[in-house]
Amino acid sequence: MAKKENIVEEKIKEIAQEVYDTIHLKEKPELESPIRSLNNVSYNEQEGFFKILGKTKVRTLTANTIKTFAQTLRMMALSKDLVSDNEIATKREAYYLSKNWGEARFKEQPESDSVMDDIEAMMGVNREQIGFIPGEKGGAVAGELTVIDVDSESKEKLEIDCTKFGSGAYAIPSSVEHLKFKTKAKFVLAIETAGMFERLNKHKYWRTANCIIIAMSGVPTRATRRFMRKLADENKLQVYVFTDGDPYGFFSIYRTLKVGSGNAAHINQYFCVPNARFIGVTPQDIIDYKLPTHPLKEVDFKKIKDVLKNDPFCKHHKEWQKALKQMAQMKVRVEQQAFSAHSLNFVIDEYLPNKLKNSKTWLP
Amino acid sequence: MAKRSAEELAKNQREISIAEFFEKNRHLLGFDNPRRSLLTTIKEAVDNALDACEEARILPEIQVELIQLSETRFRVIIEDNGPGIIKKQIPKIFAKLLYGSKFHKLSATRGQQGIGISAAVLYGQLTTGKPASITSKTGKGKLAEFVKLKINTSTNNPVLSDEKEVEWEEKDHGTRIEIDMEAAYLKGRQSVDEYIKQTAIVNPHCTIIYTDPSANQIIFPRATEDLPPEAVEIKPHPYGIELGRLIKMIEMTAAKTLQQFLMTEFVRVSSKVSKEICENSALLPKTKPKKITRDLAENLYKGIKKTKIMAPPTDCISPIGADLLERGLRKEINAEFYCSTTRPASVYRGNPFVVEAAMAYGGEQPADKTVRVMRFANRVPLLYQQGACGITKSIQTTAWKSYGLQQSRSALPVGPCSIVLHVTSVWVPFTSEEKSALAHYDELMKEMRLALQECGRKLASFVNKKKRLKDEVKKRSYIEKYIPHVAEGLKEIMNFDEIKKREIEDYLSEILEHTRGEIEEIKVDNPDYDPEFAAIGKEVVEKPKEEEKNEDKEENEEESNDDDSVPKEEKQTTLG
Repeated sequence: MAKKENIVEEKIKEIAQEVYDTIHLKEKPELESPIRSLNNVSYNEQEGFFKILGKTKVRTLTANTIKTFAQTLRMMALSKDLVSDNEIATKREAYYLSKNWGEARFKEQPESDSVMDDIEAMMGVNREQIGFIPGEKGGAVAGELTVIDVDSESKEKLEIDCTKFGSGAYAIPSSVEHLKFKTKAKFVLAIETAGMFERLNKHKYWRTANCIIIAMSGVPTRATRRFMRKLADENKLQVYVFTDGDPYGFFSIYRTLKVGSGNAAHINQYFCVPNARFIGVTPQDIIDYKLPTHPLKEVDFKKIKDVLKNDPFCKHHKEWQKALKQMAQMKVRVEQQAFSAHSLNFVIDEYLPNKLKNSKTWLP
Repeated sequence: MAKRSAEELAKNQREISIAEFFEKNRHLLGFDNPRRSLLTTIKEAVDNALDACEEARILPEIQVELIQLSETRFRVIIEDNGPGIIKKQIPKIFAKLLYGSKFHKLSATRGQQGIGISAAVLYGQLTTGKPASITSKTGKGKLAEFVKLKINTSTNNPVLSDEKEVEWEEKDHGTRIEIDMEAAYLKGRQSVDEYIKQTAIVNPHCTIIYTDPSANQIIFPRATEDLPPEAVEIKPHPYGIELGRLIKMIEMTAAKTLQQFLMTEFVRVSSKVSKEICENSALLPKTKPKKITRDLAENLYKGIKKTKIMAPPTDCISPIGADLLERGLRKEINAEFYCSTTRPASVYRGNPFVVEAAMAYGGEQPADKTVRVMRFANRVPLLYQQGACGITKSIQTTAWKSYGLQQSRSALPVGPCSIVLHVTSVWVPFTSEEKSALAHYDELMKEMRLALQECGRKLASFVNKKKRLKDEVKKRSYIEKYIPHVAEGLKEIMNFDEIKKREIEDYLSEILEHTRGEIEEIKVDNPDYDPEFAAIGKEVVEKPKEEEKNEDKEENEEESNDDDSVPKEEKQTTLG
């Protein structure tokens, strides 16, 4: 680890030196970073994730870019200090630190997040490696899993049994690289909503099905994705994904978990779970299980159209194209909790066992 | 009720003298209040003096003096170096309404009707009961004629007294008039001071020595030794004539035939054109004018309209000139930008006229007020009736938004700008006898708008340039704001010292400056500006003192807000 941090420090110095030298030549300095968007990634099933392509954007110092240019340099300076002091700052903290920069301070956090992402991509490393951690809450875990962590003060080994949180759950920390696992579970079930997680946890579904359940609460954080990736890699566990039946569940949550995103294109390699499979709720399930629905909203139709046109993952998988078109035709979406229309535990007793048995009803 | 016979009623029917008429309707001549009456009197006397000097080809030097006799009573003295007036004419010129030399001819003079100065004499007489005193000398070595004049209002005839010959050493020739009258003297945009100043602006060949009621003497020296070209008299153009006037001209003419009449009494009527007119009127060219009845005259009138006649000559009017107009404006207003234009001559109702415009933009002028409008007709400033004037209307109906001024629908534009419009013509169409507002003739309005648009286009390019520069300056200050942060970021990463940091900042400024080029500066650069001149006529406001007082008052009010019973002495000590 320590070696890697040095690399970050060196890289920052290198970039600064280049800028410095260019200025001395009385030329406009430039900062180059990879473009972070879906049109700069490729997908093939063998690799299993959105691989970044070579497109870069060059930010030349001009009247229009000088503010962001200055902010990028100052953020890099902050990152260098964090790394060399072995310190960390949350994205929110970094935003507040910028308030000391006078005119160069950020007005809103999205501005500082975006600059941070650029630096991360420029370095080709993960955000944690440049000293920044997300502020958002990680996923919740319950089930047949023992997480082996280290006490930050005593440096002693800690064994955390995820079956012993009662009605609560283990929270995935922001950095998971150092974690080790012991498990006899057969698979991992990643769930979109905390509500569904609660129901499965209450009835100890993880015991019945001998699995680990993880609540993602929307798009999974990087740490949550990395946590599942480690489980898949190190413990050879299959990851199944269970979301609401809507374009957001399919392509913001599932797709990002499985193959990564355009925005974080430079780190998809580490933050993807290529073996993840989508078990539901599929558009076909709506028909098969006679589920109560809501009409699709304008944004949903827009998202479907956009995904069909631009998403390399969707373009690769005919099944997904079919599913999306089917949904657009049905003009409805469905929530995970819709199964309670049949009975509160229908999802545990009928839906999940049925789906898990029948891989033909899954989507790739 | 008993019926009255026509005979009985006839006892009350009698002729109304023009003097009686104006005695009752003095507002029609610009004598509606004491302040304005003072201005009108001076204006009429100065107009006459300038006209007389120019006609006699003398460089005018005019003295105007105001003496305050009591709170509401003033003595107005105007003296010129004109040719003087022969003894016989003095009473009629000064004490008979509608007596003059300019009414019956068409030339670009200030005076027109021969009413103004006698109306001033009448006004003085009405408000003080005193006669006006006239002194006039017609040549070197001669004695001057002195006379006191009143007007018999029932007959509109002069009443003379104290007639005598006097020595007038200082002058070879000239005329002096003294009138006592009820008046009010105030500063401001409609003041005597402003009038005299504006007169000096548009009459750069004239020296004016002005003594105000506080005995302050201001001298406006002439800026050029060149008299404007003589106002050339032209005959009327057939298109400009009205039927009544035509009939009168036919009655008065000495011509033997209709064709001859048309050719001698009008401009632009050749024998060919005159025959065409006759043809179009179904009249024989050889018809004797005496034989033309009213009906035939109407035929002739219609025939004229049907005939194509060349526009009147325009060399009979002489504009001030765009340059001189602009120079006058530069003296008065300290602005960033000036422009001016003189339009080619044009014609309304057979009368040739020329429109000139000048504008001053920026500098010390307030940006949130409507523009200042200065109106002139035949070199005479128009200070009253701005709203009713065609000049104002032409400014209002010009679209100023595209020229960089704000404007709400059909209103005067808002912005740091002054607009000067001068109309000169052989016959300026005023809306009334007080001669303060121009009539809205289409041709006039069109020419004024064209002049304004011409200036407006120049203005727009300046305003746009100014805006671009402002944006550029803003952008540069934006760049300058962030250069230190770029350097600071590098400094923090590379751990170099302040000297190196400053070096980086300098290099960055250079790099960015290089790509953006030199910046042009806009500032007020007007060596012609004369602050003392500009201050003439302005209402005196002792600003700093006033503000101090206000501040003190406010403080005081805060302290003693709810205590009205604080004794005066105490308040004063707080003030001190």
